[in-house]
Amino acid sequence: MRRAKPEAVLALLVLALAMSPAHAHVERGDAAGFLAGLAHPISGWDHVLAMVSVGLWGAQLGAPAVWLLPVTFPMVMAFGGFLGLVGVPLPGVETAIALSAVLLGLVVAREARPPVWIAAALVGFFAIFHGHAHGTELPAGQSGLLYSLGFVAATGCLHLCGIAIGLVHRWRWGRITLRVAGILVTIAGFGFLWKAIR
Amino acid sequence: MRTRVLCGLALAGALLGPLHAEAHLVTTGLGPVYDGIGHFFLTPEDLVPAVALALYAGLRGARPGRFALFILPAAWLLGGLASVAAGAEPRFPLAPVSFLALGVLVAANLKLPDAAVAALAAALGLAHGFWNGAALAAGPGGLGLVGIAFALFAVVALASALVVSLRKPWTHVAVRVTGSWIAAVGLLLLGWTLRTAH
Repeated sequence: MRRAKPEAVLALLVLALAMSPAHAHVERGDAAGFLAGLAHPISGWDHVLAMVSVGLWGAQLGAPAVWLLPVTFPMVMAFGGFLGLVGVPLPGVETAIALSAVLLGLVVAREARPPVWIAAALVGFFAIFHGHAHGTELPAGQSGLLYSLGFVAATGCLHLCGIAIGLVHRWRWGRITLRVAGILVTIAGFGFLWKAIR
Repeated sequence: MRTRVLCGLALAGALLGPLHAEAHLVTTGLGPVYDGIGHFFLTPEDLVPAVALALYAGLRGARPGRFALFILPAAWLLGGLASVAAGAEPRFPLAPVSFLALGVLVAANLKLPDAAVAALAAALGLAHGFWNGAALAAGPGGLGLVGIAFALFAVVALASALVVSLRKPWTHVAVRVTGSWIAAVGLLLLGWTLRTAH
């Protein structure tokens, strides 16, 4: 198969971006579209810090964890979201989310290097609670698909942000900075934990 | 490298451009063929599984990529025409299942034989074509399906050629991460569908 011509690619891009549908109806409800889904995961610091920490930890661990963790988290988180959406209860969700910030901050601060399957299991375990919280919070709306697309893209981008920041790990000052960042995430996690169990 | 970046941008544009899913058919004013093309690019329920299949076929190599390139549009057209002729009104939530199955295939990069990839392309094309035919029967009809087949050919050619041309290991990882995102969206969408059904 020969490589695609850039002109053809540009034509497709223009075609895709130029189209904009006319709306006969006004959209209502928070889950109306892609942007609402995109905004949801970044609306709470507990989620943001945990997801960025996953990326930071992956960058510290290097291959294969650097890509295994960001693959694991969205899929398991979506499973948690599925449970939340269909109404399966899960105890101690807010506490577990706060604990995820504490523990993920701690592993980044300690630059912990467990076997990859343990790292994936830890990340996956907490991802269920994050997903469940999102699933139960999702408001009724018109387009579950676009909302979900935005939601997953935002989650993935948070991991990518963490990985991008984590690239400073190659330098000595970068390793120290990452460990300090881990400590700060842990402190913030304790704050979330205090709020959750109070 | 420049071509790959352009291909990536085009795919991102095609996926992120259609911010509104429409229950109504797209009217471009350019005739039924273009209405079909517009419908395809503005319907993530169809666009994303087609891209996912192209990514998977590309991961498997040039030969499966060629199979997908010709079989998917042909099967889509066939399924659509059968649906228009039968006046079918399918109710099964096809999109979540397609997202989940194809996303998992891409994320896991399962080593299916070439014939299985061809069968997968045929099954996806027939099923989505059948669903499309029911939607297009009231609008552009058969010519709209021809437009969709052209759009499919272009999308599959670009996406699978892009993946086949990738050489660096991290680029394959990026494709697999995209698959995990698609699977995650499928799982969330399944939850949405079940919640709405209740």
